Amino acid sequence: MLRIKQLTKRFGKNIAVDAATLEVDKPCMIGIIGRSGAGKSTLLRMLNQLEDATEGSITFDGRDVTALKGNDKRAWQAECAMIFQQFNLVPRLDVVSNVLHGTLNRRSTLSTMFNLFPMADIHKAIDILDRLGIAEHAPKRAEALSGGQQQRVAIARALMQDPKIILADEPIASLDPMNAQVVMQALRRIHEEDGRTVIANLHTLDTARRYCDRVVGMRDGRIVFDGLPEQLTTGVAREIYGAGADFSEAATSTEIETLEPRPVKEAV
Amino acid sequence: MTDLSAGSPSVAEIRDDYAAQVQRKRVYGGILLILFVSLMAAGFRTADARNAGSFTDGWHRILDYPTEVLSEAWEKVALLPAHLVHFMPALIETLNIAAASTLIGAVVGTFLSLLATRGMAPWPALIPLFRRISDICRAVPEIVIALVLIFVLGGGPVPAMIAIAIHTAGALGKLFSEVNENASLKPVEGLHSVGASWAQRMYLGVIPQVGPNYVSYALLRFEINIRASAILGFVGAGGIGYELRNSMSWGQGKYDEAAAIFILLFVTIVLVDQLSGVLRNRLTHGAAK
Repeated sequence: MLRIKQLTKRFGKNIAVDAATLEVDKPCMIGIIGRSGAGKSTLLRMLNQLEDATEGSITFDGRDVTALKGNDKRAWQAECAMIFQQFNLVPRLDVVSNVLHGTLNRRSTLSTMFNLFPMADIHKAIDILDRLGIAEHAPKRAEALSGGQQQRVAIARALMQDPKIILADEPIASLDPMNAQVVMQALRRIHEEDGRTVIANLHTLDTARRYCDRVVGMRDGRIVFDGLPEQLTTGVAREIYGAGADFSEAATSTEIETLEPRPVKEAV
Repeated sequence: MTDLSAGSPSVAEIRDDYAAQVQRKRVYGGILLILFVSLMAAGFRTADARNAGSFTDGWHRILDYPTEVLSEAWEKVALLPAHLVHFMPALIETLNIAAASTLIGAVVGTFLSLLATRGMAPWPALIPLFRRISDICRAVPEIVIALVLIFVLGGGPVPAMIAIAIHTAGALGKLFSEVNENASLKPVEGLHSVGASWAQRMYLGVIPQVGPNYVSYALLRFEINIRASAILGFVGAGGIGYELRNSMSWGQGKYDEAAAIFILLFVTIVLVDQLSGVLRNRLTHGAAK
């Protein structure tokens, strides 16, 4: 289905992604982990073609995505939805309008400027919002919503695109643990119920273990781990994060359950 | 269906509410659009009727004058390089007027803006006064100030420079005070806590934050001032505008000089525009390493 071959991205002298190779044969939920600057975001941004690859190729169902230009490129972007850490909604527009932006690739510029979306799309948008449990906020401005709600609006916008792949770039990094759980469960449900592939950059191991079918670890632009969540032991995690023996998973966890009182280390 | 009178509304209800809202917005938007188009059409008809000639009769003659100038300039194309050299000093005078007035205007504008920004002004009660001063500086057109000053001081570059500097001070005072509003007051408070004077707090606490934006706006103003100082030449303030007026009002026979001056002005404005664009870009995004 999705084949990434020797994908490389250079910014001047810096290599953000170094010959990444990845194959996805059937729809699944993939978590990408690694410390900040490991190239996770750049990888996702290249998949969505927000960023052009320096070398290598991305093929989806036999089509070379990296070679696309103009209309074809934008059509691919509509097929491959993106969710951002900071939600990237238009704050002053209402929630439904933001969700309707998912259809922009199919609409002419003039009709969208006059806000002339078909009623069927408006109804579909509200249904998607209802599925994510935020239908009652439909007429509000996006900026009036909490972070977790805004991220669900962003997911609704992604679903409105009816994409084959959903890319999520640190979707829960700006959210509190409760909202993080709601958002991750929404993404998992979208994968299970609709059979869409979800690729998410995550910054906590337990989230990756709990929600993903497959975990990819990146370090300094290279893919250094690719396997099942069970294979992701603390030793492997230390390797991915380049951390020493003092690396503790509990310290990075966003789960509520792991926040039990632990013996406080003596101050040095 | 759930109980509609209490609790959260059903999806059907939300759909209807939102559809009604969309309909309302579309109707308002449509009415506004019709109103706008009809007002534009009506206004244009009125303006056209009051015009000496008619727009519909006159617009196709728009190229007549440039053709006349260009054809004559083309006939005397051999004289062009000499003209370019001849008018160079006038161009430099125009640029000097623009540069000096931008510099003086920026300094005065900085003070005006600091005195008119809440949280930075040493005399908060006088903020409205300084705001009105910069409003007035900005409101009076350069050409009016220049005409008055030329009447008093006689023709030459100095009245033009003063006129443009006054206008620049007002315009930059406004732009700078908007930049100041976005600056953090925390460093200023920090300097206040160590017993710094107002000037020290401003120079060390505010200017480093707003410097790049100030320079960027001042460069933009420099571009505008080149055009302004060229135009002021028309009213006798020296520089290339004066030469341009002479050659243009002379009519046929000096169109080659007019063309040379146009070329000089055009090239200068494009050059300064590009240069300040690069500089401003570098200031806001940092130099490429």
